[in-house]
Amino acid sequence: MSRLERLLPSVAVLSALVGAWWLVVVATGSVIFPTPWQVVTGAVELVRDGTLFEHIGASLARVGIGFALAVVVALPLGLWMGWVRGAYVTFNPLFQILRPISPIAWIPIAILWFGVGNASPIFLIFISSVFPMVVQTTAGVHTIERRYLQAAQNFGVSRATLFRRVIIPAVLPQIIVGMRIGLGVAWLVVVAAEMIALRSGLGYLIIDSRNAGNRYDLVIAGMIIIGLIGLMLDGVMRLLESLKSVRWRYAHQN
Amino acid sequence: MRTKIEVHDVAKAFPAKDGALGVIDGVSFSVADGETVVIVGPSGCGKTTLMAMVAGFVRPDRGRVLTDGVERVGPSPNGILISQQGSVFPWLTVRQNLMFGLNGHPGLDKAGLADHYAAIVGLKGFEAHYPHELSGGMLKRAELARALVVKPEILFMDEPFSALDALMNLRMRNELLRILGEERHTVLLITHDVEEAIHIADRVLVLSPRPARLQASFDVRIPHPRKLTSPEVQELRVAILRELGVDRGD
Repeated sequence: MSRLERLLPSVAVLSALVGAWWLVVVATGSVIFPTPWQVVTGAVELVRDGTLFEHIGASLARVGIGFALAVVVALPLGLWMGWVRGAYVTFNPLFQILRPISPIAWIPIAILWFGVGNASPIFLIFISSVFPMVVQTTAGVHTIERRYLQAAQNFGVSRATLFRRVIIPAVLPQIIVGMRIGLGVAWLVVVAAEMIALRSGLGYLIIDSRNAGNRYDLVIAGMIIIGLIGLMLDGVMRLLESLKSVRWRYAHQN
Repeated sequence: MRTKIEVHDVAKAFPAKDGALGVIDGVSFSVADGETVVIVGPSGCGKTTLMAMVAGFVRPDRGRVLTDGVERVGPSPNGILISQQGSVFPWLTVRQNLMFGLNGHPGLDKAGLADHYAAIVGLKGFEAHYPHELSGGMLKRAELARALVVKPEILFMDEPFSALDALMNLRMRNELLRILGEERHTVLLITHDVEEAIHIADRVLVLSPRPARLQASFDVRIPHPRKLTSPEVQELRVAILRELGVDRGD
């Protein structure tokens, strides 16, 4: 199947959906719910006055900082918990309790601790993405096949070499999966967090557009942009999965 | 000839539901320096456990393993284990795999040495490939080269070619013999394949079923290259198979 043929069904579904939306809005004569064209003109308006890129930039910056902090904390922690049995036994129950708590549930605490500035959403992003990455990294260490550790032991390499050449690369595919999940959750959370009390970001754009005059064209434009950027972020993480040194783990996708 | 490996009355049992399950029960043998000894035994007789003990990965419950007269207390680069499933690191290229065992030796031309041994096993041109881009036979060659590059005195081979098809198996045996002709190593190889044993070995040891004991020993005094269809090979094959409880060899 060519690339075009593969894309065709999904493009058809999308077009049908947009067509149905258009028809329903026109048929019901809704004054609040916009047509697809109104959404497009709304988006163009945002691009023209430059606010769209400000909002996108603000959201991406928050995700960038929160996610980076989470990576810096989660990877060493996950490796340590995977490698040292005592660390796993001690900390795993705690993480298993914290992990299922929705990041949204942390919002009151975030406001209490960090106020309503940038620190709150960054904290929420950190909280939301750190746990999946810790869990994936730990599981990655636990699933390293014995034969590889045995071979490393046989060659009598130093601890540093063992980590650099065996443990880290063996876990890397799992780390990348964890990062993909973490970044996905982070992007979900930033929008929710920005709806609380900030003056920038795509979440703010959506809430502000509704509050300031029921601009539902901008609400939907914001939603679609969030979806597209999320898709892009996932695409970037998928690029990591195609690195030659991790491909062995995803062999079934070749 | 000097004795390289001495195995003294080693035994190993694993805990089971009803008491301990004996796997190896008092096996003793020795391997001379530069000798190729092949151990054959029925499937599941504990060959792999025996090999793990001799190579130092598992401590025996009883008995001792000596290398050059010194008790072996753990695995070491002077005896590299090559196993059936293989352990070429899939995240490193062939060259990086071959350089792996050379880490911690500063001042060495690691890449040069790696490429030299890649060429010896016939992997020239594949140095930058990843293992998932290689065939099963090429993977075995890479594994063999990774062991050879650290110049181990002993090669421990646990069913090294069993996962290969018959043709590739034969090819790898010839390859191994060629390499052993060029570089001196003491080899301890275990297999269930009697023909493979006769093809390679200076001496064949036969293990009994569980709990495994040493049952018989055959010197193979046929000069290389050995013709597997020759009467003396067939005669030896029948004798070994008889020890394994198979009366008719064909």
